[in-house]
Amino acid sequence: MGRYLTTLRVFWIASLTAELEYKANFLIELVATAGNLVGSVFVLSLFYGGGRSLGGWSWEAALVVLGVYTLLEGVTTTLLQPNLSTIVAHVRTGSLDFVLLKPIDSQFWLSARTFSPWGLPGIGLGAGLIIYAAWKAGASPDPRTVAIAGLMLIASLLILYSLWFVLAATSIWFVKIWNATEVLRSVLVAGRFPVSAFPAGLRAFFTFVVPVAFLTTVPAEAILGRASGAWLLAGLAVAAGSIAASRWFWRFALRFYTSASS
Amino acid sequence: MAIVRAQGLGKTYRVADKQPGLAGTLRHFLNRRERTIKAVQDVSFAIEPGEFVGFLGANGAGKTTTLKMLTGLIHPTSGTVEVAGAIPHRREADFLGRITLVMGQKQQLIWDLPPLDSLRVNAAVYGIPEAESRRRIAELADMLELGDELRRPVRKLSLGQRMKAELLAALLHRPAVLFLDEPTLGLDVNAQARVRSFLADYNRRFGATVLLTSHYMADITALCPRVLLIHEGQLFYDGTLEMLTQRLAPCREVRLELHQPLGAEAFAGYGEVEAIEGRQVRLLIPRERLTEQVGRLLADLAVVDLSVSDPPIEDIIGRLFRQGALA
Repeated sequence: MGRYLTTLRVFWIASLTAELEYKANFLIELVATAGNLVGSVFVLSLFYGGGRSLGGWSWEAALVVLGVYTLLEGVTTTLLQPNLSTIVAHVRTGSLDFVLLKPIDSQFWLSARTFSPWGLPGIGLGAGLIIYAAWKAGASPDPRTVAIAGLMLIASLLILYSLWFVLAATSIWFVKIWNATEVLRSVLVAGRFPVSAFPAGLRAFFTFVVPVAFLTTVPAEAILGRASGAWLLAGLAVAAGSIAASRWFWRFALRFYTSASS
Repeated sequence: MAIVRAQGLGKTYRVADKQPGLAGTLRHFLNRRERTIKAVQDVSFAIEPGEFVGFLGANGAGKTTTLKMLTGLIHPTSGTVEVAGAIPHRREADFLGRITLVMGQKQQLIWDLPPLDSLRVNAAVYGIPEAESRRRIAELADMLELGDELRRPVRKLSLGQRMKAELLAALLHRPAVLFLDEPTLGLDVNAQARVRSFLADYNRRFGATVLLTSHYMADITALCPRVLLIHEGQLFYDGTLEMLTQRLAPCREVRLELHQPLGAEAFAGYGEVEAIEGRQVRLLIPRERLTEQVGRLLADLAVVDLSVSDPPIEDIIGRLFRQGALA
């Protein structure tokens, strides 16, 4: 375990060093994320114009969902996108061989190798929006709520990670998979709104097929201190299940890997 | 006790059998045909600790497939492999810490960063303490004649410098078994020679076992007392380079220095003329008739000097790979 932490530290220092060659990126990314966020808030405000509500969610509560979404987007830019896009490159060039020959879990290496600081503004803005909106919505910051909220956010990150990882791992067969992750990213955009805002059919799809509901709505409910025990348990179960599935899937995919011929 | 042991090793691939062009693609889509390719068949050998073994074969002969089975990157279809006391394709951490694979056309160094950063990553992954890793980097850098290059981004290094840095990265964990797949590919003659002397030095200093594939025969002749030759997926030869030459080259080369120049027709009854340059003549004479023919040459012609040698191994192996056939 200690070796994994040391490795993680070295991984991230190395990638930060590489990324900081391009310092202007940070400012650009901050402006872009803030712009995106303002746009999303505006769209959301349109729904609430004239005293309407969205799927039974108040304006402030819906902002919490948007905050969670922004946070997840930030994590995607920081960790998921840069790491998992390299799986494709590894398969294409055959350098996956080097990863597989390291005495360290290959899924760990592939998922944690790079750290891109450009998603940090998104994480910051998302966290800020969550705290502000939760306060406005009158959520109580007692330790129990905070603990449960934290747990559900972790569960949602694990689910998001597993979705990405499984999709990226299919590049073992299809190599050019990168467009598919763009599709995933577009589907996940649905997470900007509470899942109850969607018609019943889509709601079922976003709960059982692509678990968008567990990505933003359930953590938001937990943050607002009103999630039911059943949903919390379901969220944890889905998270544990997706992580297990991603590990199983990776081992399965590796059995087919014969590496690009040389 | 052998450190590398392969017994009846085999690997078959199923590949799509597809005609070129759109029509072929459509036909393939409707009626998928596959064919089985036997990349490696029934290969057995054992390598003792500290041996330096050359692994020869034409492109597509099965060298890389065998190396991948030995390192555990692919599962054998049949037979067994044991390397450093472990079954490679289980990829146990302990086993992975005792081997390394260097591939001339693939790289593990981080492109945008100096090699030192990649080395730091490797040290962490292999659990090498900081002080120890610094010591090893200094030692290997010294052997490889690498200095400032370790602090320059990899993308700014020459191919030769990059290969040396790759070797350093691959050897930082002090592996007991080295699998080297074309480590001198594309390097100029000087860089090749430096890599070669480093490998010899490393093998001596650390008693490491090395299995080397190379298309440059100079690598093999300089480094490998023993060679394995694989042809069409099967092990064709396992032994010294010298014996291989005898087996593959049925002729020996006889060099003559004559008293005065003679035309090619004068040698018709003795052997195949390779070259005539003034008074210098090179002939190829079948081994079994060598003594007899040399005797006749000395008796019949005014010979000043005569020497017998094997044709250069490059020529023999080169001819073998070009023809793709073995006698």
